[in-house]
Amino acid sequence: MTVGTEPHPSSVTATAVLEVRGLTVEYATGSAPVRACADVSFTLRRGEILGVAGESGSGKSTLITALTRLQRPPAVTTAGQILFHGRDGAPPVDLAALDGRQLRRYRWTALSIVLQSAMDALNPVMRIGAQFADVLRARERGLSKKDAWARAEELLALVGISADRVRDYPHQLSGGMRQRAAIALALACGPELVVMDEPTTAVDVVMQRQILAQVLRLREELGFAVVFVTHDLSLLLELADRIAIMYAGRIVEVGEAADLYRSPRHPYTQGLRDSFPPLHAPLRTLRGIPGTPPDLRRPPAGCPFHPRCAQRIEGCDERLPALLPVRSQPGHEAACLLDESHHEQQKGGNR
Amino acid sequence: MSTAFLSSWKVRIGLGILAFFCLLALLGPWLAESLLGLDPRANDTDAIALPPGGEHLLGTNQFGQDVLAQVIAGARGSMYVGLIGAVVGTAMAILVGVPAGYYGGRVDAALNFLTNLFLVLPVLPLILIVAGYLQGTGLTTIALIIGFFGWSGGARTLRAQALSIANRDFVRAMRMLGEKGRRLVFAEVLPHLTGLIASMFLHAMIGAVMAEAGLAFLGISDSSAISWGTMIQSAQQQSAVLRGLWWWFVPPGLCIALIGTAAALVNFGVDEFANPKLRVARPVSVRRTKRLARAAATTGGDSR
Amino acid sequence: MTAVTAEKPVAVRAARARVPRRWGFLGRRLGFYLAAAWSAITLNFFLPRLMPGDPSAAIVEQLQRVSGQQLAPSALESIQKVFGNADANLGRQYLDYLGQLARFDLGVSVSNYPVPVSDLLWQGVPWTLLLVGTTTVIAFVLGTGIGAMAGWKAGGRFDSVLSPLTTFVSAIPYFWMALLGLWLFAFVLGWFPLSGGYDADLPIGFSPSFLLSVLHYGALPAATIVFSAFGGWLLGMRNMTVTTVREDYVLLAQAKGLSNRRVLLRYAARNAVLPNFTGFALALGHVVGGALLTEVVFNYPGIGYLLYTSLQQRDYPVMQGVFFLIMLTVLLANLLADSVYALLDPRIREGG
Repeated sequence: MTVGTEPHPSSVTATAVLEVRGLTVEYATGSAPVRACADVSFTLRRGEILGVAGESGSGKSTLITALTRLQRPPAVTTAGQILFHGRDGAPPVDLAALDGRQLRRYRWTALSIVLQSAMDALNPVMRIGAQFADVLRARERGLSKKDAWARAEELLALVGISADRVRDYPHQLSGGMRQRAAIALALACGPELVVMDEPTTAVDVVMQRQILAQVLRLREELGFAVVFVTHDLSLLLELADRIAIMYAGRIVEVGEAADLYRSPRHPYTQGLRDSFPPLHAPLRTLRGIPGTPPDLRRPPAGCPFHPRCAQRIEGCDERLPALLPVRSQPGHEAACLLDESHHEQQKGGNR
Repeated sequence: MSTAFLSSWKVRIGLGILAFFCLLALLGPWLAESLLGLDPRANDTDAIALPPGGEHLLGTNQFGQDVLAQVIAGARGSMYVGLIGAVVGTAMAILVGVPAGYYGGRVDAALNFLTNLFLVLPVLPLILIVAGYLQGTGLTTIALIIGFFGWSGGARTLRAQALSIANRDFVRAMRMLGEKGRRLVFAEVLPHLTGLIASMFLHAMIGAVMAEAGLAFLGISDSSAISWGTMIQSAQQQSAVLRGLWWWFVPPGLCIALIGTAAALVNFGVDEFANPKLRVARPVSVRRTKRLARAAATTGGDSR
Repeated sequence: MTAVTAEKPVAVRAARARVPRRWGFLGRRLGFYLAAAWSAITLNFFLPRLMPGDPSAAIVEQLQRVSGQQLAPSALESIQKVFGNADANLGRQYLDYLGQLARFDLGVSVSNYPVPVSDLLWQGVPWTLLLVGTTTVIAFVLGTGIGAMAGWKAGGRFDSVLSPLTTFVSAIPYFWMALLGLWLFAFVLGWFPLSGGYDADLPIGFSPSFLLSVLHYGALPAATIVFSAFGGWLLGMRNMTVTTVREDYVLLAQAKGLSNRRVLLRYAARNAVLPNFTGFALALGHVVGGALLTEVVFNYPGIGYLLYTSLQQRDYPVMQGVFFLIMLTVLLANLLADSVYALLDPRIREGG
């Protein structure tokens, strides 16, 4: 089983499935709210895999729960829109503005999720099949229990799990099997977008490759888009069409996967890339960037990365750089004063 | 951990109530006698079964004894039993639970069986039987019996904790360096359990106060001793309910309930402090979140 | 709970494969309870014999002084069964004692001579089973249900009023609550009778009027027990639900767009309730002890009241019989709770 390093442009159509605009998430802790996601904007095309990478505490998990509207107190989405474009060509819906009942119509049929550890994400006291059947029957009125269980068997077969496992409880499956079952579960209602939160961290490297290959194959067959969140940049290179890098709750750089990996614009992306071993080697912890991520209760003025940045220039500690297109690389955006487009913006600002 | 948990209002109120009753037990009887001239045992034949008010703030009982003076004297009796019972119970819980978790194997099998045994046995009837055998039981004997039969829950918790500590790297490393087992248990493992033991002690104390009240209520107690339990018992024996003398049995029960609540509040607050999942569920953080969401809804509407 | 039965048809095959494991768990628990019962019986036998002096003689003397007459020979024998006969061989006595227990021969009451202890017990058992059995179930269901709701909306208005209030209520001693209830509802308001378990003017039987009087007499004691006992279940369930609600599988259930009702019942509460069953042993002792005291307050004709009167009259054979019976019942109830637990949790392991 080999994993294609190149994305498949044929499957990526130009229409957007998700448009996120200025998404801001705050935690209502202590005296002042803490901003864990600040002004996050990106567009996801139909059938595209967008990788989101960042250190722990960069806001990527917060982004996931905000996107899927699964956040819990004390997290609150305080600004922004999550526009979902349905397949039917209807006007986009702002998921951030829907109430619980309206939202339920979109859950699992439009948008589903795969969580980090399937051991924790599957209900330990329900059989695997029952966890498929309840969502299938909730989405499709009149589906008989027997048919729902049969559908569950088909879905498990999709990820290479034999049909008799449908009657097992989660603890009876192996780690890799559980994770694949969780992916099959996410595909149960034919979603257009699947959000994956580090779904391969809990399994070994061999299983990790199998799962990634399966995700690519299924995407090919079913055409769903993916937001894939991880701390492992090299893994995204094998999987994602585009990659977004998060730091301190902001997207600092986004671009085509190979392009971003080959010529990163933001010093943080460079550090992140260089701190991981090249492809086809076991994972190591991030070590290449000196210092620690900022305390979000007291974010530094200007660019949040400037205290750790080796290339910082005058102004880095004062001005917050916006995410702007990079001239020389189409489809590539970066939020760094070093980038040429920011020089022009600076001039424009002075004018 | 040291004093940070004091920031919870539950902990502060709970500890405040407990401190008040400790002071009452310590100084109360002396103050009541010297300042107010109240004697819990004095029978005033002119003031029998008087309702609260006037000279006797909480009224008098069927024997003409001042209820307030009795409540204060009872605080000493009940807290004394609580203290001794908790010391004995906690000590036994440590002696059984910690070695069981630390050594494992056959030691654990035996001690764990003992713990589970005392856990499932109906303790109150058992205490009754034992107290029945011992003729003439004073408060100290009662306290000792309560402690002796009430250690199993704590031992179970301590065993689980000791088990996890014994498997931590630093303890393993010290064991490999040839540190003696007994020294390790007391010098390295036990200090990690002090918070838990303190909370257990509190729990055990309340348990002992309540158990004493129950035992005294059944008549297993030296009738000359004064505790909240003996007060309720004599009220019951003199049919205080049928005579409508509610002021006789309400105050001691209320005191017990207050102490129990105080301990529960402290444990609740400490739990919330130690378990972030519970902390998020505190009303204050829920309200804070709602406020933030409301503020966002109004400003968000403007920007759209 | 309905979920389990609903799953049955499709689950038959897999369930069959798991049967040995589940029975293994229950077998181990059964073994433990048997060992516990044997230990308690043995303790019961040796405790009085370890007391200093010759307790039998001391007690016989005391009883004769109180009653002012010579003790009957069988009463003397009954006491010696309990407290030991200084002249007889200890091992022999122990074997005799076990044999008698096996035949449920618990000796003869001293205060109600010559009524066998087992007869007195059989008179009390139905009343206690009725009172404590129903109230334990009601308190468990009520506490667990309300606790799940409070935990589901933890920090909300319902929860922030209910939880501190329940903390206070569950700190109140059972018998004091009973006294208060008796005073308020029976003495002041006169809604309920002041004492007893049934209307003494009616013939005992299954006539409607007698059963109605049983309900009328039992309502207040039952209410006080439920009121005192449900708080513990409520608080435990509330905290477990708060913790469980933040588990990933509940998050995923919400992501699936299942109804709140289903997420709460099938995912959150279904998992949160498990520790309540493993904690049953801890709670039951407390409930039984409290219920015994409540019987005393209401002069309810059950085991607790029997224990109380035997304690007052130093009727040791009866005391021992009551203890023996309560212990067996508590162990049985625990075995029952374990069985339910094994049924509810597919991951059953040793160590609950």
